[in-house]
Amino acid sequence: MDTQTLIYLFVGATFALYIGIALWTRAGSTSEYYVASKGVHPILNGMATGADWMSAASFISMAGIISFIGLDGSVYLMGWTGGYVLLAMCLAPYLRKFGKFTVPDFIGERYYSQTARLVAVVCVIFISFTYVAGQMRGVGIVFSRYLEVDINTGVVIGMCIVFFYSVLGGMKGITYTQVAQYCVMIFAYMVPAIYISMMITGNPIPQLGFGSEVVGTGQSVLERLNGLSTELGFATYTDGSKSTIDVFFITMALMVGTAGLPHVIVRFFTTPTVRAARLSAGYALLFIAILYTTAPAIAAFARINLLSSIPETSYSEAPQWVTNWEKSGLIAWLDKNGDGKIQYGPGAPFAGAPTFGPERGVNGERMVTNAPSEAATELYVDRDIMVLANPEIANLPGWVVALIAAGGLAAALSTAAGLLLVISTSISHDLLKSNLMPNISEKKELLAARVAAGVAVVVAGLFGIYPPAFVAQVVAFAFGLAAASFFPAIVMGIFSKKMNKEGAIAGMVVGLAFTFSYIVYYKFIFPTAGPADWWFGISPEGIGTLGMIFNFIAAIAVSTVTAAPPEHIQHIIEDIRIPRGAGAAIDH
Amino acid sequence: MSVSKQEAAKAYWKDNLRLMLTLLAVWFAVSFGAGILFVDQLNAIQFFGFPLGFWFAQQGSIYVFVLMIFFYVWKMNQYDRKHDVHEE
Repeated sequence: MDTQTLIYLFVGATFALYIGIALWTRAGSTSEYYVASKGVHPILNGMATGADWMSAASFISMAGIISFIGLDGSVYLMGWTGGYVLLAMCLAPYLRKFGKFTVPDFIGERYYSQTARLVAVVCVIFISFTYVAGQMRGVGIVFSRYLEVDINTGVVIGMCIVFFYSVLGGMKGITYTQVAQYCVMIFAYMVPAIYISMMITGNPIPQLGFGSEVVGTGQSVLERLNGLSTELGFATYTDGSKSTIDVFFITMALMVGTAGLPHVIVRFFTTPTVRAARLSAGYALLFIAILYTTAPAIAAFARINLLSSIPETSYSEAPQWVTNWEKSGLIAWLDKNGDGKIQYGPGAPFAGAPTFGPERGVNGERMVTNAPSEAATELYVDRDIMVLANPEIANLPGWVVALIAAGGLAAALSTAAGLLLVISTSISHDLLKSNLMPNISEKKELLAARVAAGVAVVVAGLFGIYPPAFVAQVVAFAFGLAAASFFPAIVMGIFSKKMNKEGAIAGMVVGLAFTFSYIVYYKFIFPTAGPADWWFGISPEGIGTLGMIFNFIAAIAVSTVTAAPPEHIQHIIEDIRIPRGAGAAIDH
Repeated sequence: MSVSKQEAAKAYWKDNLRLMLTLLAVWFAVSFGAGILFVDQLNAIQFFGFPLGFWFAQQGSIYVFVLMIFFYVWKMNQYDRKHDVHEE
């Protein structure tokens, strides 16, 4: 069977599986729809959290990003895993004991204030939409690369699938589909990684191969990589070029932001007990760590392969994958000095992504119409290549390519579904039930949740089809805002009995306003700014950390000069601090 | 809550905070300490084919995070029973 048929087969089979699971796990009540009736086993919840968390960006782009920036890439590795430690110890068990459905539920009740709840709802919706727009685009891109449909058709197909199982199954449907998606995703990621590790180091475990010798050179992977990089004029792989303070602040913002993201937090509302909530945070990180410790190994292997096989090779003798991916525009070569060989070095060969003219060059390459840059380098390599081209680089059979396609789609769809559920819940539960229409019946609330999910799918799809030019820029928003708003408010709500509504609201507003304006100013109003212009050299990606600190300071300052929270709040806090009693059925 | 139960809850909370703060110190040390602040100094040391700082930043910190959560789960289950606040 040819690769294209295999791709249709794999993608079709996995989609049928997801839809089958959705039909089998239809939600019948709001509790099933919002939190899967709090009956999810910790291991399964861990897998679902992993799939929810690892997006198309983690699956396709992360290894590539690390591959190009070396040590600086650690901010993503540590930042997107370290947050689970905070979740497990500072948030998950207590929120599970609290026992409601959403983050705004907790904020609203703990701070006995509808205003606080509303601030939280607005943040949830903003953060989740920011995030989901990128996911739908990711679905479209994976479709267009593998299924030979255009991006917009891909987005529409993705919308239909997500619509089907999030509207029908709610949290219950999503959870069990995510378990399946995790399995597909991790298998698809590991198979080529293991083969490439064997090919380059002879060790089948990528995490160990990463520290082994490159076959036939007598040098370790990283020595070889540093050697090749220096030879070609790149910075050494194991040294960073970002300032220490910026790396520190970005890592912290990503960690705290992870712990404050509503679609991640809500997963811990679905476990049967407090014990299970703690345990499931452990499993979630374990399942995530499998991919996150493999990614830097793949990054290094792919980089070695690129640097040792491409530079000074003539185009006609370049490996097959170069011409394959040139077809889809992820690789481009501009023969600046006319020697027919590929020169590769630091800098970009031309500004931006390549645009191709209709004709071919003298060596048979696709002609690039971009104006050449000053740099001597002639090769454009899209960072996604590092994962997408792996099976070809390792000479793996067609079914592995098909597996990667199914894995990329699983990653994008699972994250999109989790986010859409959070959006629909905050509209039907936090906005309608808790605010505007408290007398709404359960049946109507469930219907409202489904309608909201449907509308959210369509809006997210439109974002995917007409991506706002700033989509790539706003990811910093999601983490920065979550770090500067929810994390401090929830942590203080659990660990301080003195924190009152005035303090919490002041903190959230200060944290949000500061982070929001800093990002808007340096990303949109003054985008040419560099480290010299930033406050203390902190980039917009890392500013959420400072926003979080301001949130804490403002909250504590205001709470000391205003009235302490009422008696019954003290009891709520005492109650959420001990596990006993969480199993009791909770009705709302 | 009765007085003895309140006492138990207080003692439980104290144990919990001590464990949490200790583990957070480890969390900070392996990631922000070894992987960021002292990465250059540690990179002078070789560790199974990796410069040590680089290993902490891209591998070691993640392994420690995972182990830490499971240790926390195990220890908290003990505290739950010790102070008689465990779930039925």
